[in-house]
Amino acid sequence: MNQIPVLIPAILLFTSFAAFFGGMIRLRWGYAATLLGVAASFLVSMAGVAHVIANGEIRYHLGGWAPPVGIEWVLDPLSAFMVAIVTTIGLLVVVYLPRSARFEIPGKEAFAYPSVALLLAGLTGMCLTGDVFNLYVFLEIAALAAYALLAVGDRRAPVAVFRYLVFGAVGGGFYLLGVGFLYFSAGTLNMADLAERLPELYQSRAVIAAAVLMVTGLGLKMALFPMHLWLPDVYNFAPSASAGLIAPIMTKVSAYAIIRLFLDVFHPVFLIEILPVTAFIGWLAAGGILFGSVMAMAQTDLRRMLAYSSVGQISYIALGIGLANPFGLIGGLLHMLNHALMKGVLFLIGGAIRLRTGLVEVPEFAGLGRKMPWTMASFTIAALAMVGIPPTAGFFSKYYLLLGSVDAGNWIFFAIIIVSSLLSAVYFFRVIEMIYREPEEGVISEPAVAAVPAGAMAGGGGHGDSLPPGLGGGPRHDDRRSGGARPPEEGGEAPGTMLLPILVLAVLILLVGIFNVLIVDRLLEPVVAPLSG
Amino acid sequence: MTVDLFIGRYPYYLVALLLIIGLYGITRKRNMLKKVIGMTIFQTSIYLFFIQGATKIGGTIPIFDPERGLDPAQYLNPLPQVMILTAIVVGVAITGVALSLLLLIYREYGSLDEDTVLRKMREDP
Repeated sequence: MNQIPVLIPAILLFTSFAAFFGGMIRLRWGYAATLLGVAASFLVSMAGVAHVIANGEIRYHLGGWAPPVGIEWVLDPLSAFMVAIVTTIGLLVVVYLPRSARFEIPGKEAFAYPSVALLLAGLTGMCLTGDVFNLYVFLEIAALAAYALLAVGDRRAPVAVFRYLVFGAVGGGFYLLGVGFLYFSAGTLNMADLAERLPELYQSRAVIAAAVLMVTGLGLKMALFPMHLWLPDVYNFAPSASAGLIAPIMTKVSAYAIIRLFLDVFHPVFLIEILPVTAFIGWLAAGGILFGSVMAMAQTDLRRMLAYSSVGQISYIALGIGLANPFGLIGGLLHMLNHALMKGVLFLIGGAIRLRTGLVEVPEFAGLGRKMPWTMASFTIAALAMVGIPPTAGFFSKYYLLLGSVDAGNWIFFAIIIVSSLLSAVYFFRVIEMIYREPEEGVISEPAVAAVPAGAMAGGGGHGDSLPPGLGGGPRHDDRRSGGARPPEEGGEAPGTMLLPILVLAVLILLVGIFNVLIVDRLLEPVVAPLSG
Repeated sequence: MTVDLFIGRYPYYLVALLLIIGLYGITRKRNMLKKVIGMTIFQTSIYLFFIQGATKIGGTIPIFDPERGLDPAQYLNPLPQVMILTAIVVGVAITGVALSLLLLIYREYGSLDEDTVLRKMREDP
């Protein structure tokens, strides 16, 4: 049992190898290896959650070397919670991946499997490590796998991913520099050790610089407003399965790393009072929430709308950090789970729509509610959760954030949460209204397929950075890839392997909403305990 | 005294200068290949910062030397250097991925100039 923390990333790293070599021989073997490995890591992480709730945290010393010499792995309520999110989304997306990848990135599926396993290994490693330098290594492993997965999208994807890579490299560099400052001031890299030694160094300029550098670096990685510039294009041009995997969990794990630094490395007092980093993050987050919601309203491409809404939603988590009181942080943490489920299902549904109809523009979605009833029911649940309507999960995280704002006496944050919920209602209800509208005669079935080459040649008009998308006439289909573009496949409901993860996520949104008290009591209350003391 | 301060610390000033040159390359250059060069300079400055922090004048490699005895001041701290070995591997991987992305971009758009590529992306999405 005490090996759980190291077992999860180890299984996934091994899976990545097995999937690569298996996939070289037979595509099916690569898929089987990935599915088995990710399912195993999912089971182990669930066992980890159960163990943490029943028996408390596990500290594992890699190779038997006790810290501060060796690397420590920690499974405590916070990391167990985070790893459970990562592996759940990972498993569901692996189930979804093959069907979607065969359509969107034909011929490249064999490389997607090892990359997915590597990404999950990096993210779970970040969650479970108790060592600040080790965290950097896993951060970059996850980032490299993500670049690969995102860059195989349409032909604009490499440009967007290149920008992401440059931002990511600078973010990682800042974090590493901060680690250096910490190490040269305190002489250790172990988080628990740092927490002991840092209090007497709080006035040291090197430690203050370290805190600023590390938070800035992780802020770049988590797309904290206004460092989000890389995000919308990346999610927009990526293959649906990659976006469905990376949008829900990747930025959140960086947010987790900030929370970890805030609670366990620097004592909360340091980042709240001596160096008011949390207040600063809170105001950036408030700006990000409004910006993300307003920009999402202006989009007609579903994926671009979801990408901008991600900027807003990640800011809710940052707002939880910024409030820095128990309710606020619980809200932020719960929103990590909720948003992972909601954004995961929305991107996956985007992929299913694309597979069956080739559509990405919301104004052309009329009639989808009849064509794909189960998928659209899931979309409706996820959209209601994004708006924050009870009893879906999204309501409760916003509720805790509101309580946190009241506790902090910050009525501006309170107002911003309410206003942005109304804004997201505007852009999500617009989509729901469209999918349940009756299509005009024959618009969906016949011409959608016939218009593919025409739409691709007409170019569809400005879909770049400054021009509003969808200016060009005709249905725009998203197969502008230089090679291997495929017309949408005929058929009604999404295929089984794609529908299953969508339905599971939709049900989870409802279950997490109904049983959120359990999660808060068992897992999140102990996490925020240092703040109330 | 101020001279001592400078002589004791001048490597850090050079590291800071390299860091700024790297960031300048990343943010101001319009050619994507030059951005990659800036990124590499930026990463190298961080490596040098760690190496400099671990340096001891008169110290030797951290392997027991009977003549020097057990005095830790006689030996370098190996940990920052090991960390930087790892970070260099990470940096090489990032540069590799960046270059392969540039290859894809160049094949698709026939240019690495950011403005040209963005213009072509807008004209022909």
